[in-house]
Amino acid sequence: MASLGELERAVMDLLWAGQEAATANTLRDLLAQSTKAAGGSAGHEGKDLAVTTVLTVLSRLERKGLVERERGTRPHRYQAVSSRADHTAELMHEVLGSAPDREAVLARFIGSVSATEAETLRKLLDHS
Amino acid sequence: MFWTSYFLAVLAIVLAWPVPILLSRAQWPARSPFTAMLLWQAIALAGGLSMIGAMLVYGLEPVGDNLLAGLRSLAGMVLRNEPTTALGFWHIFALSAAALLSAHLVFTLLLTYYKIQRQRRRHRELLALLASPSADGARTMVISHDSPVAYCLPGGARSVTVLSDGLMAALEPDELRAVLIHENAHLSQRHHLLLWAFAAWRQALPWLPTTRLAQEAVNSLIEMLADDVALKTESKATLIKAIAIVASGSAGLSDAAAAPAARMGFGDAGTEADAGQPGATGGAGSAMTTASRVSRLLSPQPPLPEALRLGVLGACLLLLALPTALLIVPGLLG
Repeated sequence: MASLGELERAVMDLLWAGQEAATANTLRDLLAQSTKAAGGSAGHEGKDLAVTTVLTVLSRLERKGLVERERGTRPHRYQAVSSRADHTAELMHEVLGSAPDREAVLARFIGSVSATEAETLRKLLDHS
Repeated sequence: MFWTSYFLAVLAIVLAWPVPILLSRAQWPARSPFTAMLLWQAIALAGGLSMIGAMLVYGLEPVGDNLLAGLRSLAGMVLRNEPTTALGFWHIFALSAAALLSAHLVFTLLLTYYKIQRQRRRHRELLALLASPSADGARTMVISHDSPVAYCLPGGARSVTVLSDGLMAALEPDELRAVLIHENAHLSQRHHLLLWAFAAWRQALPWLPTTRLAQEAVNSLIEMLADDVALKTESKATLIKAIAIVASGSAGLSDAAAAPAARMGFGDAGTEADAGQPGATGGAGSAMTTASRVSRLLSPQPPLPEALRLGVLGACLLLLALPTALLIVPGLLG
């Protein structure tokens, strides 16, 4: 059985790839398909994923603010809050932006460099 | 007792104002970044200690010959509801200020820790979904992004170094190795703890401009320390090239990313890119860091002579020992 972390990733990949909101059942079926397509790994032992496991994964993702549930429909249909590209942009914004505490959160190889600074560095590079 | 509080007050003022300014302008820290790092820590600790100590000693002056005796009689007054008539208005004021400042410092330290941890957790969650493990090592991940970016996200056993596609495409294998060694040095030397402490120090005393100087100096010193580790195995030319390529590739990006209107406009390095952001840590401060890093690599200077280094270390010890001794020793002797 794949770990919860791997399942979260697989579920998000499905939701990002799909256009519409999906139910836990649909997601379970899609996950089972992709496992079979990958050759039915030995660890899986042909046993299908339980819908409750998918629901657990979905509620974890919901708590992290990555997935939202459509209200009023039964069974619940889930969809990604924002696209993969938007999340990548959020991540890079945190890395590249100049939030006051950024330096303490993560250490970049090169901090923010202004255009003039970069030009100076490029010249240094040409001469060295 | 009385002169102790004046001496501590003078020490606090000297450490809060002229000393950090002189140190931030000095050239020698680039020659021995580790020693300079110790000195910054000693200045901050001794400064805080003497600031609080001066107010405590002054406030307790009427009720005890020394700090310990004073604290004991103050505790007696509070616990047994004895009259506090011995303390004048300014004594009460100083004691309250000391208590408030101590609580404020501890609270800010904890709050900053909590904020940093929360941001790191969120970042790790997104990385787990968006980035893929790299072939370069167990704790290295690759994220698909065009600009050359490398950074490390500390977190104990879950520390991770992240590289972008753009970086891996732009760098030669040896340059990439230099970047990885540099980032791993940050993790193994626990630089995030220093960054946390000095970020909290600045957050707690934003009206004290020297806390900003201290934070910028520490940011720049840890980069030098990590560069020195990379230089042990990689050549100077390789490291300089890696820095120059990453810097020229990411120029303007940060400014575009920082402007709320252009949040998604990572692609265009606008003309106002070098406008800078006054007050922002990531702005002018780290640009200076990059420049001083490169010039340090291009025209290396010999490390500080042994005698001078020992002298600075002695000064660090003295800075910490002096306020501590002034506060505690009279009580132990009396």
